[in-house]
Order: sequence, then C-alpha cells, then structure tokens
Amino acid sequence: MQQSVKMVVTGPFNSGKTNFIRSVSEIDVVSTERKITSAAERVKDQTTVAMDFGRITVDDELVLYLFGTPGQKRFDFMWEILSEGMLGFVVMVDSTRPETFREAKSILETFRAYAPTPYVVAANKQDLPDAWDLDDLRIALRLDPTIKLLPCVATDKEKVKTVLLELLYAILAEMEAAT
Amino acid sequence: MPLKGNLRDFSTTNLLNLINLAKKTGTLLIEGPNQSAQMSFRNGKLIYAAMGHEDGHLATVLRKAGRLTEEQVRVLRARAPNATDKELGLLLINAGYVSQSDILNSLRHHMLEIVYRLFTWAEGMFRFEPTLMPGDDKITVPIELENVIIEGSRRMQEWAHLVEELPNLDMAFKWAERPNAANIRNMNLSADEWRVVSYISPKNSMRAMAKALGMSDMEIRKICYGLLQAGLVELVRPPGMVTRPLPQPQRPADSARPAPPPPDRKQQVSIVTKLIARIRSL
Ligand SMILES: Nc1nc2c(ncn2[C@@H]2O[C@H](COP(=O)(O)OP(=O)(O)O)[C@@H](O)[C@H]2O)c(=O)[nH]1
Ligand SMILES: [Mg+2]
Repeated sequence: MQQSVKMVVTGPFNSGKTNFIRSVSEIDVVSTERKITSAAERVKDQTTVAMDFGRITVDDELVLYLFGTPGQKRFDFMWEILSEGMLGFVVMVDSTRPETFREAKSILETFRAYAPTPYVVAANKQDLPDAWDLDDLRIALRLDPTIKLLPCVATDKEKVKTVLLELLYAILAEMEAAT
Repeated sequence: MPLKGNLRDFSTTNLLNLINLAKKTGTLLIEGPNQSAQMSFRNGKLIYAAMGHEDGHLATVLRKAGRLTEEQVRVLRARAPNATDKELGLLLINAGYVSQSDILNSLRHHMLEIVYRLFTWAEGMFRFEPTLMPGDDKITVPIELENVIIEGSRRMQEWAHLVEELPNLDMAFKWAERPNAANIRNMNLSADEWRVVSYISPKNSMRAMAKALGMSDMEIRKICYGLLQAGLVELVRPPGMVTRPLPQPQRPADSARPAPPPPDRKQQVSIVTKLIARIRSL
C-alpha cells in the first residue's frame, strides 16, 4: 500500500513557490492545462485556480507531494484545504521586496492557525544584489529565534534541498520532543 | 395533501416543476444520506437555498466568490459579530467594498450551485412546509425556475453518462505512476476538486471520499472522472474492496483545528527519516 505525505509551499505571489517545487519535483513539465480545463468545464462558473504540484517518490511505499498555494490573496480559502494533514510547510519570502514582507508574515500566521505543524521560512532570491540579509529579514518579519530562516535560491536545486531538509529536521525534532 | 416523499420516487426535477407550475410559496426540506438541504420559494420562484452544515453567511459567500479576502472576512467577523446578512450587506455597500449587484450575483450563484447539486441526489426524504420562510435577516434573490430546471436536466444527462463510466463507488484512485505527458503544475482546479485531490489514495474509495467531504455520489463521480480523464489518477480496486471510513474533515473556521492524530510515532519517525535520505540523494 502506497503511503503519501504532503508538505505545503506557501508565500506571497511571485516569491518563488513554483520555481522551488520545480527544482526538486520529478514530474516533467508538460502542460495538461487544456485537458483539465475541459474536464472542469462542466463545473461551469466555478472559481478555478492554478495549482503547483510536485512529487518525489521515495520508494514503492512512500511518496512525498509538494503543494504550492495559489498566489492570489483572493484564493486564500484554498489554504485550509491544502493545510489538511500536511507534515509541515515552507514560507517563501522574496528577499528583494520588503513591500511583501508583511503579507508573508500574515500568510505564515494563517497557516500556523490552520495547522500547528513545524515550518521554516525561506529567504528567497538570495542570488540577487538587492536581497536583504538574513539578520535584517528576521527582524523585519519578527521571527522568533527558534524559527529557522534559511537562505534560498529557488532555481538552485541544492539550496532547495537544504530548505526541505531543514524542515524535515524540524519535523523530526518535534516528533522526538513529543516522545 | 402534504407534499412529502422520497427523491427516489419524485425527483428534484419533478418537485421544481410542480412548485413552478403551482406557483407555490414555502420551504422544501430535504434530508439526504450525507447532507441536508433547504430551498425556499415565493410564488413559484426560488428565493433562497442552503446546504445543511455549510456556512451560507453572506461574508462566506462573498469570500468564495472572490469579492472579499479571508482577512476582510476576519475583520468583519470581529467588528460586527452579530450582523445579519442584510446589515452586513449594507455595511459593505456603504464602505464601498462591494456593490449591490456583486452581492446579488454572488448570492444567486451560490444558490444555483446548491440547487444543481440537489439534482444529483438520487435519494433523500423531502417535505414541503408552506408556512416556513427564510428569516427576515436573510437576503433573498428571486430566480425563475424554468431555466434552473432546464440546466438541471442537462446536468442529469451528463450524470447518467458518469454512472456508466464510473459505476462502482467502491473504486479508489492512485496518482498516475507516469502521468502520461501530464504536468500537474499550473492546472486549474475548483475548490471541490482541490478537496478531492487531497484525499486521493488507494485506501479511499469514492464512497468514503464522498462521505468525508459531504458530497453526493454524482459530485464525487464527476470530479474523479475529470481527474481520470486528465490522466492524473488511475483506478485501483482496494484490496477486498473494504474501505476504511475517512475521518470527517474538520473545519478550521471557528478555531485552530488540531493536527490529524499521528497514527504511530515510530512509523512517523521512520517516514521522515526516509524522506530525509531521499532528499539528500536528489
Ligand atoms: N533571481 C532569482 N529569481 C527567482 C528566484 N526564485 C524565483 N525567481 C523568479 O521570480 C519570479 C516568480 O517566481 P515563481 O516561482 O513563479 O513565484 P510564485 O508566484 O511564488 O510561484 C519568476 O520570474 C522567477 O524566475 C530566485 O531564487 N532567484
Ligand atoms: Mg506560482
């Protein structure tokens, strides 16, 4: 019996969620947009939103799914659905755009309220010259010192791996603390 | 003569036809296997509809229609916790958040979605109460039944086709091994499709998912069929066809909901350890 577990990648629009998932997912990039649209057409008039979805197969018995949340604020009702049963979540922040920090923080708090699972914050776009330093970001986002804030470049697989691993370590630590 | 019976014998189409022709006023209460619903009519026009446990407050309807954000809804709940739909509507219009036609269109859409779902109910006890009407605090929107009946019938034909395609509700799905040229990214899913997606597993039969999600047989069929057609999922027959009931989905609306119960700490640690090893090796 195959078991699947889920982690959620969230953050403001344009923070790098799609690229983050793309960097590690094993699913090829071939669009089924047209197909699924026609399948969903029967659900006429219903709001539809784009979905980021990645997969990492561990073995025959275990698969990890990465779900990216819809970027637009008006679809935030999707978040509660996505947060159901997740192992943990990553909050992506565009380190070059301080005008989005407040929204990132508010998304973080919303998810935290939906599911009190471990999470990490990824300071994305650290390759750009305008990127804020981690120390400054931590202050701007008012992050508790116990929360992991990690440098990230969503297009760089190694950086993405590190973020996911840090999240998994946090999950493991919490499990061990609970026993 | 009291208008009551079972949808098995007298369908939603039949009922709406009758209400339309007899220009009836009152409320139709329906008790289905997984959900209950009510529709109110004045002089043969639909004016109000609500689905059992679903939150039909104006703020929620406007949020789902994309007219208000979650944040705005939270602020409204905090500032005017006891406002009726009518009071809230006025407040929103005066504050310039939405227009009157935004409100009426969103409510109309919300009502029609409920009514079309009722067409999919193959069974359910119904009863017509001529004296029962929605409270004064509710906003009613009159809708002619003719078009509703035509659209409902069209959908029913589609559903007959779906039953042929997916006759057995004990079937379950798994994610396609190799999504045939499929990319699950950037696809567009409705809210209900998202809900189903998060339950896709060989352990969850369509029947179990429908129960957990408060969907009718037809609703779950329609969504699963869409995912199947898109090549995202494959049919599986669960071993022995026995299905474990799913936990009822918890609504986080009122408070932070607890995380799903960890099945077994040791098993969970082993899963996370495996994930760590796998990601390191990527
Ligand atoms: N330089 C740089 N650009 C990035 C990085 N991550 C994302 N981008 C760019 O930022 C934009 C938004 O990224 P996307 O993944 O679509 O963001 P989403 O809206 O959160 O899914 C795109 O133009 C990306 O190419 C990064 O780490 N470095
Ligand atoms: Mg994106």
